[in-house]
Amino acid sequence: MRQTRAVEFGTGLFVLMGMAALFFLTTQATGGDGFSSNDVFEVQARFENVGSLKPRAPVAMAGVTIGRVTDIVFDPVELNAVVSFVIDSQYDQIPDDSSAAILTSGLLGSQYIGMEAGGSEIYLEEGSEIFLPQSAIILENLIGKFLMKSSSDSK
Amino acid sequence: MVSESENLIEITDLCFSRGARQVFNGLNINIKRGLITAIMGPSGTGKTTLLRLITRQLIPDSGTIIVDGVDISTLNRADLYKLRRRFGMLFQNGALLTDISVFENVAFPLREHTNLSNRLIRHVVLTKLHAVGLRGAADMMPSQLSGGMARRVALARAIVMDPEFLIYDEPFVGLDPISMGVIVRLVRKMNDALDISSILVSHDVDEIATVADCSYLISDGKVAASGSPEELQKASSALVQQFMHGMADGPVAFHFEAPDYTEQLLGRDAD
Amino acid sequence: MLRDIYNAMMEFVRAFGAFQLFFLRLLANSPSIFFKRFSLVVKQVYNTGTLSLVIIMVCGFFVGAVLGLQGYANLARFNAEDSVGTFAAFALVKELGPVITALLFAGRAGTALASEIGLMKATNQLSAMEMMGVDPLRRILVPRFLGGVIAMPFLAAIFSAIGLFGAHLVGVGLLGIDVGAFWQLMQQSLEIGDIQEGIVKSFVFGVIASSLAVWEGYSAIPTAEGVGRATTRSVVITAIVVLIFDFMITAVAL
Repeated sequence: MRQTRAVEFGTGLFVLMGMAALFFLTTQATGGDGFSSNDVFEVQARFENVGSLKPRAPVAMAGVTIGRVTDIVFDPVELNAVVSFVIDSQYDQIPDDSSAAILTSGLLGSQYIGMEAGGSEIYLEEGSEIFLPQSAIILENLIGKFLMKSSSDSK
Repeated sequence: MVSESENLIEITDLCFSRGARQVFNGLNINIKRGLITAIMGPSGTGKTTLLRLITRQLIPDSGTIIVDGVDISTLNRADLYKLRRRFGMLFQNGALLTDISVFENVAFPLREHTNLSNRLIRHVVLTKLHAVGLRGAADMMPSQLSGGMARRVALARAIVMDPEFLIYDEPFVGLDPISMGVIVRLVRKMNDALDISSILVSHDVDEIATVADCSYLISDGKVAASGSPEELQKASSALVQQFMHGMADGPVAFHFEAPDYTEQLLGRDAD
Repeated sequence: MLRDIYNAMMEFVRAFGAFQLFFLRLLANSPSIFFKRFSLVVKQVYNTGTLSLVIIMVCGFFVGAVLGLQGYANLARFNAEDSVGTFAAFALVKELGPVITALLFAGRAGTALASEIGLMKATNQLSAMEMMGVDPLRRILVPRFLGGVIAMPFLAAIFSAIGLFGAHLVGVGLLGIDVGAFWQLMQQSLEIGDIQEGIVKSFVFGVIASSLAVWEGYSAIPTAEGVGRATTRSVVITAIVVLIFDFMITAVAL
């Protein structure tokens, strides 16, 4: 009987360690941009071009993460991209004329949505839409423009 | 007990070959109820193969094997397993499960096939272990047992489900004289006390003579002789004489088939 | 010569088919053993999982540490040494964790399974069980198969987690990368999907490694030599099949 107990203990220990490792990997090693709230409201913004923005990308205001992108779909009528993202409901005083831009962290880093506060007295709430979107800066286009410009300058 | 025929197992015209080698070629054996039947033969005549055929671990090429009135080739898997539970089998080296104790080995069939309480299982197992004289070894592991003890434990395991027939595969091989005597006595005692039938495969002529009621000598895939040990001793056939008295040369030649000796020594066969 | 090749091919096809049938029987008997005889499975999780913990943890630590060193040396050329954590995490979670765990499993637990079952066959234990009306497939093989399948994902997760710890120790402790950068860059680029891919892989590898080890033991020629050869074969075949499946799963996941 003592042997059975040792086996049971060993098995239990092993499975607990395995689950701890899985828990560690799923919570500590992934997507931890400091945003984990469940109490959120969803807003939308339309962009001409979302670049390489992906769901789960952070939404930041003044450099602080306040939400995350939940969905990106193409609107076949207006021919642009509709980005849905959620914002922690404790930030319920964001002016509704705030602008949203797709920015890049570092020169080649991942993309995120950066918001600039507006001056309106009406605040963003569930279902609001942001009207001042700035599309992603596509590095290739930028380089292309730069080259065009420099070549036309040299003429 | 109405329809019971005298023969427990009837083997008729059994043929079986392994690869190109013909192991049995028209074998006929009847095993009678309540007796100890010995099956003898030189090494390599397929005695163990015969046991595997009787328990349908192997399937014959042709011929029938009837166990207790049922042709075993007609059984499906479930019925076969049901039939096997009525067998108790003792393997050459005991074949105890090495990862569990002696007690658990004997308890194994009970735990697998019954829902007996732990107390009852303990009671039955200790009784059976006591019958083979190894109640004191219940907590040992199979690796700690001597060859003779392992075989006795295996015997206790074979009888734990109260089988109707016991099959022994080479029970006397590799034992010292004392252990051998113990096993011989146990074989007799089990057969008579439990009122079962025993089949014994062996080539130990002396032990067979003391314990068996009836014996068959197999050679070249057929029964070469049969009868009580005394009858076999007196049989005139050269093969029977060679086997029973352990003579080196005879119908079973001392020399394995080879090219001519002088020719080979002189290297002429190399051309 | 041509005849030999032909025979070898026919034999391969036959063995492959025999394994498929065996594998289906394992699967068909798995649910009832899992629910009715769970204690048998627990014992095998212990044999394959708990007893492999030490080798998995030691190897995981050093693989992670090496990833830290190599990642640092190479990423430093692009001034991106802060990404060592990301590099190590991707390598461990998606590839090295499941694959090396499966290979170590084949070496540690797989050989133990194959030789144990082969020896049980060689010493007539399996026949004895059949004679007692107990199906060895259900009583011996299925619990061992299930134990391996359950243990493998946990082993791979432990390997990856310990590996990250090793990379952290080397990167942050030895080479002076900022702790925050190490973990935050990793967290930003690693997604749940990557972890899922790792888990799926290790589960598939668990099925492959356990079923092959059990099969090699069960189909071994019941002699000392045959069991030895079966043990070797189980490692070689498992390694090959695991790497082939690794390629296929990665190709599908991308």
